[in-house]
Amino acid sequence: MLLNSRDFPANAREGLGNPTLQKALSMARTGFPEKRARAIERLPEFESLREKARAIKEATLANLDFYLETYENKVLAAGGKVHWARSASEAREAVLAICRSVGAKTVTKGKSMVAEEVGLNPFLEENGITPIETDLGEYIIQLRREPPSHIIAPAIHLVKEEVAQSFREAHRELPPQRPLSEARQLCDEARAVLRPRFLAADAGITGANFLVAETGSSLIVTNEGNGDLTQLLPRVHIVMASIEKLVPTLEDAATLLRLLARSATGQEFSAYTTLSTGPRREGDEDGPEAYHVVLLDNGRSALLGGEFEDILRCIRCAACLNHCPVYTAVGGHAYGTVYPGPMGAVLSPALFGLEECAHLPNASTFCGRCEAVCPMQIPLPKMMRGWREREFTQKKAPAVARAALRLWAFFALRPGLYHPFARIVARALFAAGARRGRFRSLLFHSGWTAVRDLPAPEGRTFHHLWAKRRKGA
Amino acid sequence: MAETGVRVGLFVTCLVDLFRPSVGFAAVKLLEEAGCSVEAPFAQTCCGQPSYNSGDRQSATRIAEKVIETFADYDYVVVPSGSCAGMIRRHYPGLFAEDAEMRARAEALAAKTYELTSFLVGVRGFTRVKARWRKRVTYHDGCSGLRELGVRDEPRTLLASVEGLALSELSGAETCCGFGGSFAVKYPDISDKMVADKVADIAASGAEAVLCGDLGCLLNIAGKLCRLGRAVEARHVAEVLAGMAEELPPIGAPG
Repeated sequence: MLLNSRDFPANAREGLGNPTLQKALSMARTGFPEKRARAIERLPEFESLREKARAIKEATLANLDFYLETYENKVLAAGGKVHWARSASEAREAVLAICRSVGAKTVTKGKSMVAEEVGLNPFLEENGITPIETDLGEYIIQLRREPPSHIIAPAIHLVKEEVAQSFREAHRELPPQRPLSEARQLCDEARAVLRPRFLAADAGITGANFLVAETGSSLIVTNEGNGDLTQLLPRVHIVMASIEKLVPTLEDAATLLRLLARSATGQEFSAYTTLSTGPRREGDEDGPEAYHVVLLDNGRSALLGGEFEDILRCIRCAACLNHCPVYTAVGGHAYGTVYPGPMGAVLSPALFGLEECAHLPNASTFCGRCEAVCPMQIPLPKMMRGWREREFTQKKAPAVARAALRLWAFFALRPGLYHPFARIVARALFAAGARRGRFRSLLFHSGWTAVRDLPAPEGRTFHHLWAKRRKGA
Repeated sequence: MAETGVRVGLFVTCLVDLFRPSVGFAAVKLLEEAGCSVEAPFAQTCCGQPSYNSGDRQSATRIAEKVIETFADYDYVVVPSGSCAGMIRRHYPGLFAEDAEMRARAEALAAKTYELTSFLVGVRGFTRVKARWRKRVTYHDGCSGLRELGVRDEPRTLLASVEGLALSELSGAETCCGFGGSFAVKYPDISDKMVADKVADIAASGAEAVLCGDLGCLLNIAGKLCRLGRAVEARHVAEVLAGMAEELPPIGAPG
């Protein structure tokens, strides 16, 4: 779902000025990276695993049509059904049709970024179906009617006092004086409130971390077990996944799983790893009567074979978010799309349009930490630059910036003009700023001097002095 | 170190040329001490990174062609910046994906281009400088040098040989300072948060000076230190290694 990506600078300012958010973000800023670092230290083969994982996904994407068909056949053979959705609206309609076919009134949901991507919840509500998020973080933001701010920790922008407040407002049937200051108390309350809803739900919707072609299985990892209750208890299980979640074999899924939790939360493995293959079989003690997979494209197949294909290797671990100095400064909501951070800066323009999301690939210093930590070796800065190139060649970049760049290049290509001009600039800036050694402001409004001084130059250019030295020698 | 057979072309960088030529001369001094003969060809201007990172690939390619031509005949190209060296080493070849001849020339240039400290230590085996500076310093690793070129130990090795200097490591040394070229101007609020965090870490290190191998980061860090009225000096590592820190005012101080 696209929210307000165009307002990124204003959103970012708001995030930076929000002390509660800044406190909440410290988890992403230090907690996740430290845990990840420790987990990887304990896994000497981490680098070779990355190579392997990358190769698996590259080979899958190179033959995605084959694996998708294989997967569908296996799902059918297991008694399930695959619904192909080219767009967000087709995905929403598919889910609605399945819900209606069983007369569903309430649906429980495990965490699914694809459901967020297509804006499923508001759509279901408009159509008289009540979605209930069961992942604790998702449940919290659903109560607050907020979008997720992180792809694995959707409520990371909140502190527990805010959660307690939301619970008091939502759970009016509970005693108002109950203590809710500890995380444990919040978890217990959510658990108690959600339990009957699991039992009452007519359908359960989960995402998928991987879809396994050789078995037709969907695989989810959770730390709360909510995914299992979501998919086992109701009569219908609906999996929402995007096409790049395919892996050829269970063995491949296992390889990727070794990277996923370590890169995400620093766990060696998530608490629950659940494979689902089709509906309940004869003799099974539990499981849904029907099993549906809504498989979303939404612009992804257009990336295959192009310069942005590499983003389809992403396994949504969020290491790039957690290590991004921009994400951890402004928080996920600033990005104005459900996919924030570096992976979002590459994926969001592909899904929602470059014009809408142009700030995202620009709001990076190219510090390269995202690529350094990405378990799938996705060249995130390179692809952000790719979006900047499209913006520039399609003349979507601001005219002043384009003109300034062209002018810079004009001089840079003409040393005979560049050097005399640089001498004048160095001289002029020196004359104006040497007494203090720096400028507090410039003649024009500048983002630079808005927040820091500009050190004054020494007065002569290197090339001027070098020429003089050579003459003197 | 009498050997003078090694011809080094110094890629000065546009920021050093304009803001702090002393860094260029410090590099020349160090390279000469390491037995190189140094030239700084006049035909150079900029590595093209502003164009490249702003999406103007065409201009970046034309600038790269010019740099490749200008520095073709040197044994090595040395750059007092991890960022510009990273541009030449890691990004130039990719600009010529469809031109095999230029790509080969770009790869040849990339292979002989080094960031200053990694050239001194890694190529020349030059690990001891003749410099003294009685200061407690800390070091910020510029992102490109660190992650594109893997430069981390080299400046520390060289700094360890500076008489009187004590290095205390910076917490978050590998976190970006918020410069990022035009990023600092386009997203000043975010850049401000990043550089403010960086300056807070620098202050917490107890150092009297912060050193770095990239003038871009240093203009940003020094600018914030000045704005906040902090007494910590900011300097390019080459100035200290070349023994110029005593007489040269720090970045942003009155000249």
